[in-house]
Amino acid sequence: MYTQAMDVGPKDEAKAVQTLQEQELQRRFDERIDAGDFIEAKDWMPDHYRKTLVRQISQHAHSEIVGMLPEGNWISRAPTLKRKAILLAKVQDEGGHGLYLYAAAETLGVSRDQLLDALHTGRAKYSSIFNYPTLTWADVGVIGWLVDGAAIMNQVPICRCSYAPYARAMVRICKEESFHQRQGYEALLTMMKHGTEAQRAMVQDAVNRWWWPSLMMFGPPDSESVHSAQSMRWGIKRVSNDELRQKFVDATVPQAELLGVTLPDPELKWNEACGHYDFGAIDWSEFWRVVNGHGPCNKERLAARVKAWDDGAWVREAALAHARKQQAKTMKEAA
Amino acid sequence: MSEAARNEWPLWEVFVRSKAGLDHKHCGSLHAADAAMAIQLAREVYTRRQEGSSVWVVRSDQIVASDPADKDMYFDPMEDKVYRHPTFYQLPAEVDHM
Repeated sequence: MYTQAMDVGPKDEAKAVQTLQEQELQRRFDERIDAGDFIEAKDWMPDHYRKTLVRQISQHAHSEIVGMLPEGNWISRAPTLKRKAILLAKVQDEGGHGLYLYAAAETLGVSRDQLLDALHTGRAKYSSIFNYPTLTWADVGVIGWLVDGAAIMNQVPICRCSYAPYARAMVRICKEESFHQRQGYEALLTMMKHGTEAQRAMVQDAVNRWWWPSLMMFGPPDSESVHSAQSMRWGIKRVSNDELRQKFVDATVPQAELLGVTLPDPELKWNEACGHYDFGAIDWSEFWRVVNGHGPCNKERLAARVKAWDDGAWVREAALAHARKQQAKTMKEAA
Repeated sequence: MSEAARNEWPLWEVFVRSKAGLDHKHCGSLHAADAAMAIQLAREVYTRRQEGSSVWVVRSDQIVASDPADKDMYFDPMEDKVYRHPTFYQLPAEVDHM
């Protein structure tokens, strides 16, 4: 799971002055991008392309890891053993997704520790959706249905990203992601079809709280998205924020009807003329408030990550010390 | 090597054989303190859905690779050697399945 404007961040400019040799390399690079070629880790690439990818892939990775927190919150309180096993598997997948992505980012010449340090010191962003709390069990189902649903919409086009290690990680992630959405929707169906009145109300309440943040996951409108044009040119991004958002709304409305919940938008209605659902204005001031650190759980999420990293320091050090000791022993025996 | 880099667990490349009879295929990388841990983590990270029946791990810094800048020089000379392919040879229809 993840998504949203992983390209949210300061706009950095391409270096203006290039040597003749750089210009030639740049020309060949552009040609390969235009031909739909994949770029591999050791290939020449412009600094700006590398920097953009490090930011996007690492923020995507951070999102997977921070995304384990809101759902992890419910593992010990899942209503049945079956749901607990499912949730454990899903949260473990998110951890795996984070690892695939960190590894992809590392191929660009940054270390894992540098990436984590950027997260822990607040320099790097993660998807702002994880700064909302999971108040009831229905939130777990709604996250699977809406949040993972939006993530899938966003992630499928990245499987064709021009940077091959990122594209390969995304193929693996997308294969696993479908289970996440289906388990969430099925959990909600169970509550709606076989639950009590209170449980149905719980589902509706969770939908009311997650609907708008889910739409924000696709990032700012195209007209205000600072990195979009360049990322499109480079084949890092294939489909625009607004286009993906519309696709998500169109796919989700019939699912909500089948489930028997109302999406909290009075302006949501089918537009026969354009063949899409119209929907109301998104409160972008809320989006920027949460991105900039003032969502309901920003402090708590980051504090949990920093604590886990700090508390684990002795384990990392001990494992390394043990490995070195074993190695020294082996070398001594061989000598 | 910086202090930070020396404190990071080394990087390993992971190769998975999806089932008996097939070859091991590169599927990603991970950090681990030693070989035993790398094998164990490879199982957790890359075979959660029975994607494998065997795993290889190798330290990334032990891999020797061709230089992508030499790609043309290395591989293009094979381009004009079409006679290395069976389809280059036109044979009578009677022996065409040869």
